[in-house]
Amino acid sequence: MEPSLRTIQDKVSAGGRLSEEDALALFLSRDVHAVGEMADLANRRVNGDRVYFIVNRHINPTNICVNRCKFCAFSKGREEPLAYTMTMDEILSRAEEARFQNATELHIVGGLHPDLPFDFYLRMLRALRERFPEMHIQAFTAVEIDYFSRITGLPLEEVIRQLKDAGLGSLPGGGAEIFDPEIRNRICPEKITGDRWLEIMEAVHNAGLRSNATMLYGHVETLASRVDHMRRLRDLQDRTGGFQSFIPLAFHPKNTEIAKGYTSGLTDLLTLAVGRIYLDNFRHVKSFWIMVGPKVAQVSLHFGVNDIDGTVVEERITHAAGARTEQEMTVAELVTLIRQAGRIPVERDTLYNVVREWPEDSA
Amino acid sequence: MTPSAPWRDALEGAAEGQATVGEAALLLREAPLFDLGRAADSVRRRLHPDGVVTYIVDRNINYTNICTCQCSFCAFFREKGDPGAYVLSDAELSRKIEETLEAGGTQVLLQGGLHPEWDLADAVRLTRAVKRHPVRLHGFSPPEIWHFANRSGVTIAEAISRLKEAGLDSIPGGGAEILDDAVRARISPRKVTWEQWAAVMREAHRQGLPTSATMMFGSVESPEHVASHLVRIRELQEETNGFTSFIPWTFQPGNTLLSRDPRFGETLPSGLGHAVGYLRVLSVARLVLQNVRTVQVSWVTMGAKVAQLGLFFGGNDYGSTMMEENVVASAGVAFRMSEEEIVATIRDAGFRPMKREAHRCST
Repeated sequence: MEPSLRTIQDKVSAGGRLSEEDALALFLSRDVHAVGEMADLANRRVNGDRVYFIVNRHINPTNICVNRCKFCAFSKGREEPLAYTMTMDEILSRAEEARFQNATELHIVGGLHPDLPFDFYLRMLRALRERFPEMHIQAFTAVEIDYFSRITGLPLEEVIRQLKDAGLGSLPGGGAEIFDPEIRNRICPEKITGDRWLEIMEAVHNAGLRSNATMLYGHVETLASRVDHMRRLRDLQDRTGGFQSFIPLAFHPKNTEIAKGYTSGLTDLLTLAVGRIYLDNFRHVKSFWIMVGPKVAQVSLHFGVNDIDGTVVEERITHAAGARTEQEMTVAELVTLIRQAGRIPVERDTLYNVVREWPEDSA
Repeated sequence: MTPSAPWRDALEGAAEGQATVGEAALLLREAPLFDLGRAADSVRRRLHPDGVVTYIVDRNINYTNICTCQCSFCAFFREKGDPGAYVLSDAELSRKIEETLEAGGTQVLLQGGLHPEWDLADAVRLTRAVKRHPVRLHGFSPPEIWHFANRSGVTIAEAISRLKEAGLDSIPGGGAEILDDAVRARISPRKVTWEQWAAVMREAHRQGLPTSATMMFGSVESPEHVASHLVRIRELQEETNGFTSFIPWTFQPGNTLLSRDPRFGETLPSGLGHAVGYLRVLSVARLVLQNVRTVQVSWVTMGAKVAQLGLFFGGNDYGSTMMEENVVASAGVAFRMSEEEIVATIRDAGFRPMKREAHRCST
């Protein structure tokens, strides 16, 4: 083993906390086996052999967005040919399909639409909650929450309170990208700052809502900026405990303004593994199969990951940027993928309650 | 796991290069992924201490898809007269070779179906047609050579000698599938037996033609069959020392008869035909076949990401740019890699990429 890894391994074995230097050393390491084993240990100590998935449905109500992040291939101007905004009926019919597939979650994020009023989103939440009370609504990144506050002039806490009252169940972790201001300014100058993202998440957690946390990697960020990003997440999590899972997101280059290739398998797995080891106060680390592909997602179950997201059904954001995956995986496919990796598939709901276990002999 | 876990003893024994079928099967079933990977990696480093990972720029040319063999795992074959059945014309063959040379290619991998009307004279004609160009010819897997010899009523020795005389440089290890006649009876009943496959290779080696060896797993075989395949290759290599490389890959079920066999579906969760299983098989192959210098990863079936990871699980060769690939693509799997991507992927993993010229055969 590389000597620098030994002391880190000792810390991990003892359940100690890693420094930022440790995390950087793990990123720089090519001792894939040692890093993988540490991540696997850190994960299984908490989650055992269980690997979670969810039966969910993504809905992206609009791709019209006032921001133009350079890594994004999804956002469009109002007049652009591919711009779209779903009607309330279109949103409800997608939720209807989700119910038909026994989904437990609706995952709803969209662009910062220049005209849709805050009331549209409240009405959407109320309509969904009324018609589909059995489905949890996970919606709106911190970026959208900030936007609602700006277009209404309402304080953050009030925006969150109204959304929660209307049926919002939890928040996804998007819009975090990379917190480092210098990098952030290069890839998404119009987006809220990293500090603001964290401030919003703190308010969300204080309002009693859970959220996830993401990190976009594989563009122009440095390894140090990845570590800095995770440090800020770990600090906030120490204060609120409101984050459920850490979800590294692999940058996809097609139709974006960033000239880079796809991330490598090694980069994907190291990022997941280091996230698992460093973020000792996060219970779950998720690899999003839409982004890394089902094969890497399966291998990642040995690199500290205990969640492979869900059935998804319709994915627009990553596919606009050249995702090389399908739109959907069936429950049977997810179960097989997890079992083949030697783990126990567990269907969860949004808040990680067990919906159904899939032991060895079940179909 | 206790220090006396049986897989531990098997792994220690396997490090010496003489694992038995039982030991190799135990490793495939029970050894933890990273223990296997670390052991395979140390064999790889001993055989290739310079950190070089090789690749080749060549083209895969399939002269016909008309085939009497009609294996149930194959989506490529057609019967004569079927829509989509083809035989490459001399002009098309020449054009493909010209393109290969223009792209900096040094080798052609020529393989095809077992055409019911073709005999050795046709194979010799094809060989001469290729060798009119300044290109290395890696061609005709054992089932093809057997077919040509059989149709012409000559011995295998005679067939190989005439092909060699016409310019054949080396023989690909295709058609090995799983070297076990019970498995072959289920997935490729009309194909040469395992001993016939071995007989062609033995004769090729005797006449000084280097060959590769392959293995297609993840269909209906057990870990014992995989283990026995590896040991059979090792024993043949002890006898002839003519294998330059070993290339395992996974069965691709799309559009195949076998995928519709319910018995195949039942074996799916316990089989090895997936990304984690692939890394296990690759590692055990590296451990068992220490007398074969090169183990090649398969980006064609596993994708660039898992193939890259394979370099830490025993692989020291990244294969070929292919330029065109028809057989796996028929099963609906179409990963693509340019030379630049291959080089970048090898570098990203911390290895030194080196383009193979005409000195070692592949694929």
